[in-house]
Amino acid sequence: MKAKHQRLTLALLALAALIGAALLAASALRDEAAYFYSPADLQKNPVAAGKHIRLGGMVEDKSIKRLADGVTIDFVVEDGGAKTPVRFRGIPPDLFKENSGVVAEGAFDRSGVFVADTILAKHDERYMPPELTRKDGQVEHRTETLEQ
Amino acid sequence: MHAFANPARFLSLARPLTPWLLWLGALLSAYGFYAGLFLTPPDYLQGESVRIMYVHVPAAWLGMGGWTGLAVASLTQLVWRHPLAGVAARAIAAPGALFTAICLVTGSIWGSRTWGTWWQWDGRMTSMLVLLFLYFGYIALANAGDEKVGVSKATAIFGLIGAVNLPIINRSVVWWNSLHQGPSITLRGSTIAPEILWPLAFTTLGFTLMFAAIVLMRMRTVLATAKVEARLRRLAGA
Repeated sequence: MKAKHQRLTLALLALAALIGAALLAASALRDEAAYFYSPADLQKNPVAAGKHIRLGGMVEDKSIKRLADGVTIDFVVEDGGAKTPVRFRGIPPDLFKENSGVVAEGAFDRSGVFVADTILAKHDERYMPPELTRKDGQVEHRTETLEQ
Repeated sequence: MHAFANPARFLSLARPLTPWLLWLGALLSAYGFYAGLFLTPPDYLQGESVRIMYVHVPAAWLGMGGWTGLAVASLTQLVWRHPLAGVAARAIAAPGALFTAICLVTGSIWGSRTWGTWWQWDGRMTSMLVLLFLYFGYIALANAGDEKVGVSKATAIFGLIGAVNLPIINRSVVWWNSLHQGPSITLRGSTIAPEILWPLAFTTLGFTLMFAAIVLMRMRTVLATAKVEARLRRLAGA
């Protein structure tokens, strides 16, 4: 075996071992490194009231309700069938909408409502002009709502 | 590749290639920016802020592509001992770090408009920040050694090891719940509407050509500096 081939074998073996180690570490981190819990995760493993966590999922259709005081919003986060009611006081980002992704930071109160102190909007990987067909086949004409 | 083991032969090709790559890249980028700002429609959800994509995506591609090139150069140095491999890796590090930083800054601005936050420690953002720190570490390590032309063996090994972060960045939005959305452009196609997508091809190709031009310029600088130093040493000895 030439020295060059020896070095190549050594380098490739080291690289394979390294990638294997990284993959093992990453898969072990899979649950720990999660940025947020989904309602389904919380249904399986409930989190104690008062513990600060992030909750992520989709804002349920027709679930956003503005309370009479003008700054409090109630809505429901759903994902994989499970649902979590959320209450938030403050100004949500522009992209916070029904049927759209959301990440809420906060804690559960004793009645099981998730009280959020921060709300982040999460959008999906689709980008399209305002007047184009949506993936589910419905044609949307939303140009006028973008003028604001 | 071994034809270019002779720096003179490499330079005879790199010298005329540099301005071509630079100007063609600048032209393509400029047209891509113009198209992205004036010719494409806004996004149905994000509105005008989607246009920052035309800088963000090519910068991310070159931040990661830069380290891919650096890792290949490191492997070439360690296995084949190619004399220009270390020079190439050294030349890639600074623009690679620059484009990674551009990706992080534009991503932060974009996030502030859409997500409602400048920074979150989610998998994608954290692994991309790690890439920037890896570049800083590589630059520090490359400059710490005695080698002024190529890089030391330890630096090359570091360049190879750092490549482990690349699949992690790529998979970070798939493995873990994240704030950053999943991949839009995959082998199966694109979830970006063609009307919005097309200027991205111009800026990505344009940025890539400019990146290549910068790398060639830096390689020529390193070789020229070495030549000057050798000549000065010879004069001092004579």
